[in-house]
Amino acid sequence: MPPPDTTESTTEPMTEPTTEPMIVFDGVEKRFGTNVVLKDLSFTVAPGEHVTLIGPSGSGKTTILRLLMTLEQLDEGTISVGGRYLSHELRSGTLGPPREKYLRDVRKHIGMVFQQFNLFPNMTVRGNLVEGPTRVLGLSKDEANSRAEELLDLVGLKEKIDAHPTQLSGGQQQRVAIARALAMRPDVLLLDEVTSALDPELVTGVLKLLQDIGDTTDITILCVTHEMGFARDFSDRVMMFDGGRVLEDAPPDKLFTDPDHQRTKDFLQAVLDH
Amino acid sequence: MDNLPQIVSVLGDGIPETVIATLGGVLLTIVLSFGAGLLLLSPSRTARGVTRVYVEGFRGTSEVVQLFWIYFVLPVLVGFQLLPLFAGIVVLGLNHGAYGAEIVRGAIQSVPRAQYEGAIALSLSPAQRMRRVIFPQAFVEMLPPFNNLFIQLLKSTAILALITVPEVTRQAREVLIPNYGSDTLLIFGVTFVIYLILAALITLGMRLLERAASARLGRRPSRAARLAAKATAGVAS
Repeated sequence: MPPPDTTESTTEPMTEPTTEPMIVFDGVEKRFGTNVVLKDLSFTVAPGEHVTLIGPSGSGKTTILRLLMTLEQLDEGTISVGGRYLSHELRSGTLGPPREKYLRDVRKHIGMVFQQFNLFPNMTVRGNLVEGPTRVLGLSKDEANSRAEELLDLVGLKEKIDAHPTQLSGGQQQRVAIARALAMRPDVLLLDEVTSALDPELVTGVLKLLQDIGDTTDITILCVTHEMGFARDFSDRVMMFDGGRVLEDAPPDKLFTDPDHQRTKDFLQAVLDH
Repeated sequence: MDNLPQIVSVLGDGIPETVIATLGGVLLTIVLSFGAGLLLLSPSRTARGVTRVYVEGFRGTSEVVQLFWIYFVLPVLVGFQLLPLFAGIVVLGLNHGAYGAEIVRGAIQSVPRAQYEGAIALSLSPAQRMRRVIFPQAFVEMLPPFNNLFIQLLKSTAILALITVPEVTRQAREVLIPNYGSDTLLIFGVTFVIYLILAALITLGMRLLERAASARLGRRPSRAARLAAKATAGVAS
């Protein structure tokens, strides 16, 4: 279903018309009290696509990720992932509110990495990595363990497998959190300002890791970040948000060098000056 | 001072009753605290309401009057009397369980929202989230307030003297005072010391538990690690 053009953007969506989209937002509205955070938002993301959401704080970028992770409930419209509704449950032909059991099933295909890592301090690094695969995906202990070791090797923390999260630096914790999300083999990965809480010298390593993951997997990735250099290299598409709407939706080369809107120019300028 | 050996011996005879009342009360307190504490967080309004009535009812009325109710009034109503020690344990447990329920509820609510979200992002079920992620973290927070509560409970066992349980305080008042009336200072001095020692044992046990639980969260090394990280960062810059 083509996204309705509510943004007056002249840019065509980048999705391949022949493939089913991985993510579909259709007429989504989200309010917190009387504050409308997202308004009549519609867009699609193709399988394997890397989309970065940028925009001033409070523009609703993080809310989009949180809606996709079912950490928030929407007020209007529908969201689907991999052809299944996430916001609703289809029961005997009608859309109803999703039940917990249904949600858990849909969530399995979605992973999220948080700004504050959200590792479980009551488990070791290994425990954090095997918890989901064993308890949710039903992997055996051995399978989950070898998957954990493999992923820790990928993120360069193999020797920390028996450490507690609190014994790790922020950058290391975030890399464990990325490994934990990947251990679930998600179709969609959500990255919510994953470097914002890190000391500057630790940011590069985490971004490089994400670039590697982006290059070597076919996971669909949605990313909220203030790292414009990374957004440019990493993304197939960048969406500029303002006031709960998509102001501009374009490939990074276009959006960062020749944006259509003055608002986008001002925002990029402000970020660069910072 | 001549009567010290007799005084210690008679008070010592009361220690088993005091200890049994304390342990029984603690056991019932734990069961009720976790049961009622989790029910206070239940999505069901009825469950929360009933639990709230229990908590406020037992927190808001006199423990001594509760004891008289269960020992003197209940027999009139149902026709049989509980054994004094058993009645005492029931009252101690019900009363302190009401306080403990608030400890459990508060500790579970103090676990950051981010931990729930991390668990949701891994598709854990609500029960798994509680059992595997939230509860183990809340447990550590519960231990210091429970230490307080158990010491309170130990001291409350003295009211069982009022319903003829031959525990330490009753031994002092009913056995020693009539016989060694001139040794009041010594009698109640030793009584004090006995409670103090028992309270110290409770604290020791709880501290050990706390240490083990903290180690499971990797808390001890964390502080050291943070300090070390800070120190090296200072050198580097």
